[in-house]
Amino acid sequence: MTAAIKCYHCQELIPTNLSLTAEVAGRTYGVCCLGCKAAAEMISDAGLADFYRFRTAAAPRPDETNDDIWSTYDRPEVSEPLLGQEGESSVVNLLIEDTRCSACSWLIGERLRRLSGVARASMNPATGRAQIAFDPSQVGLATVLRSIASLGYRPHVLGATDTLAIATKERRRALKRLAVAGFGMMQVMMIATGLYVGARQGIDPIIREYLRIICLVMTAPVLVYSGRPFFEGALASLRTRRLGMDVPVVIGLLLAFAASSWNTLTHQGEVYFDSVTMFIFLLLLGRYIEMGARHRAGSTSEALMRLVPATALRIRDHRRERVPVASLQTGDLIIVPIGECFPADGRITDAATEADEALLTGESQAVAKAVGSTVVAGSMNVGAPVTIELSAVGQSTVLAGIVRLLERAQTERPRMARLADRAATWFVTRVLLGALVVALLWLWIDPARAFEATLSVLVVTCPCALSLATPTAVTAATTALARQGLLVTRADAIESLAGVTHVVFDKTGTLTLGKPQVTSIQTVSGSIESALDLAASLEQGSEHPLAHAFAGIRVTSRVEEVAVHPGEGVEGWILGQRLRIGRDAFVAAIAGPRPSTVGDASVYLGGPSGWVAAFQIGDALRPEAVRTVRELQRLGLTAHIASGDQDAAVMSVAAQLGITDAHARLLPAQKLAFVQALAAQGQQVLAVGDGINDAPTLSAAAVSVALGSGSALAQASADIVALRGDLTTLPMAIEMARRTTRVVRQNLLWATIYNVLALPIAALGLVPPWLAAVGMSLSSLLVVLNALRLTSLRQAGSRAAATGVACIA
Amino acid sequence: MTILFMLIPLGLVLVGFAIWAFFWAVGDGQFDDLESPGWSVVMDDRAPAEPTAQDLDPS
Repeated sequence: MTAAIKCYHCQELIPTNLSLTAEVAGRTYGVCCLGCKAAAEMISDAGLADFYRFRTAAAPRPDETNDDIWSTYDRPEVSEPLLGQEGESSVVNLLIEDTRCSACSWLIGERLRRLSGVARASMNPATGRAQIAFDPSQVGLATVLRSIASLGYRPHVLGATDTLAIATKERRRALKRLAVAGFGMMQVMMIATGLYVGARQGIDPIIREYLRIICLVMTAPVLVYSGRPFFEGALASLRTRRLGMDVPVVIGLLLAFAASSWNTLTHQGEVYFDSVTMFIFLLLLGRYIEMGARHRAGSTSEALMRLVPATALRIRDHRRERVPVASLQTGDLIIVPIGECFPADGRITDAATEADEALLTGESQAVAKAVGSTVVAGSMNVGAPVTIELSAVGQSTVLAGIVRLLERAQTERPRMARLADRAATWFVTRVLLGALVVALLWLWIDPARAFEATLSVLVVTCPCALSLATPTAVTAATTALARQGLLVTRADAIESLAGVTHVVFDKTGTLTLGKPQVTSIQTVSGSIESALDLAASLEQGSEHPLAHAFAGIRVTSRVEEVAVHPGEGVEGWILGQRLRIGRDAFVAAIAGPRPSTVGDASVYLGGPSGWVAAFQIGDALRPEAVRTVRELQRLGLTAHIASGDQDAAVMSVAAQLGITDAHARLLPAQKLAFVQALAAQGQQVLAVGDGINDAPTLSAAAVSVALGSGSALAQASADIVALRGDLTTLPMAIEMARRTTRVVRQNLLWATIYNVLALPIAALGLVPPWLAAVGMSLSSLLVVLNALRLTSLRQAGSRAAATGVACIA
Repeated sequence: MTILFMLIPLGLVLVGFAIWAFFWAVGDGQFDDLESPGWSVVMDDRAPAEPTAQDLDPS
């Protein structure tokens, strides 16, 4: 066996000098680290080795740290606010990171169910949410979290009330209502058919009254239970003195039901129970589809909280202790190790380090922090372990401020909703006035037919087709886009996308790959290859983001006595030669002043014998970026760049892409202002981004797209998420959106023509209520079928994408 | 037609039962996650013997 072996657990390559094995189901397999060994053996010992056969993705690599950060959760003052009660047991909602396939959720569920005291453990692999019910007298929250962490996953406690749980409850309730309305409709329709046939062919009056009473018995629960949302909606809109769509619906339902009941009990006239149940069912169906689209939007603030670690290492009276972040106070001293996020804002007291603030500012390079510098919560410590004195905690941190900015931007959005409301009010007022006029006219001409004609007008003009016109087309388009790897999270995103006139791109990670790469090398002495080799050898030991640019380069030289100087660079000995790589001044300290021939660069290499090379490290363009921008311009859109990065980097990207309007060094608030200024000029803005600093920008734009490779937060707050991280799907989505609006327009036109034609006929008393209901349903059906054309077209060539989405959705 | 006086109430009872069963299924969370329960069936099966390490060795 000469080929490199992959770790049995996490599938990463095993270092060649390591021989570590784990015993799984009686066999020995190679593993890459002690954490993987422990996880694999634990899984095997628990009789869960099936995981390895059924998984479709590699398992996450568990942390090797012995430091137990979970024990704080056993303290009642920490765990109590997080737990809900369900009978005898406590319930906790978790968000589990790194679950990659269904086998993962199976593994977690099985592991937890084997803990004594765990009553229920349900896990949804699509959302990463888990709900666990356990008996607090037998097992603690810390044990639950620890056993998940020991499998290599990262649990986050969401607390007792979870927005997802609320959404689940809402969906369950809607499903029940839909079922009652559906079953009721079927029964009433069946019996109503008998009544209609009987009306033509003659029917025994006793049977007729009997069938009517049965209809009444079936319709009453449908009206009371399934129709409740309409009554609530109508009440709410009356209370705010607006006429919503629900008002005529409720008036129609109540009129029809009251008249039918009266006629049934007094053995006279007509009954309209079939119209009532069908009406309720079709309306509920439309709302259910709408609700599904709404729930897909993730909860942004929860995603943001994941940036802040749950616990911190506090120093008090010369003792270190793990405490929950919520108990930290201003003035506390805490230690933050390398690779961990700062839990609160603070000032560094002991050593220089570097902070990766990419998620907060979009700045692609880590920022040097000296003693006395301030660091912000949510940024990552990448330089050296430091002690910080806290200056702001909890809601007063910069991160919390960004969350508030985001929330404000989100509440400022419902312009479309207000427009729709206004249109509905206009329409509904006309319908009610029309029905009133019809009723009065008929009372004057022929009082016997007044009620039926009025009811027909109310049912025929039901805004059903009108209200279905948009959601069905949007749902069809959403499905079609999902096949292309684009997930639409907001219902009216497609509508907004069709009217987009300007595109605002973030640069880092959106137009570029977001990973540092060596873009140019200037050598003073020696060849480019040897310079790269020396640089890569030295940078091996460094965790600095710029060092990652050298990660892909093969290393041949041996380095001795490596010393990492945080914020400065790396020093080491190669072939008896002392070398330094890093900042200008750091290299100049041993190599003498920089020769005038060496231009400005990101990283320099040199030693006592002189300067060796200068490396320009930058962020390379995405290969499809040029084509995408050209496509967008062909569609008549204007492209802009709004980036938090430095001038030179932004301008070079803009020049390569042919974008004339580029703005550099923008803070999140400035980006937001830029988008708002465009919107104030009446432009429809599409924002494309990937970082947290984009979140407010994404929300303020008419419509936003997040690239899937970006942070989870941007995905949660964006209207559309590009799962494949492929820019070329953008122009395609815009074309799709434009076709969708065409279909919506056709649908609205049809619904209007139908109403305009049907209204006078119904007003003349020529349409019985059952025919009105059938006509209304047929017009709705036509609208739905027209919308479905959007899914049936353009399926070729997207099969592969469909399977990819199926795993995630 | 007097049979209707018995058949229709019987039908209503059946509808009531169907609604009850559906409510139970919704409350039981059977419509919350439509993907992973399908997996659990596969997972619980006893596995046939896995190929040994020697079978997998390419050399």
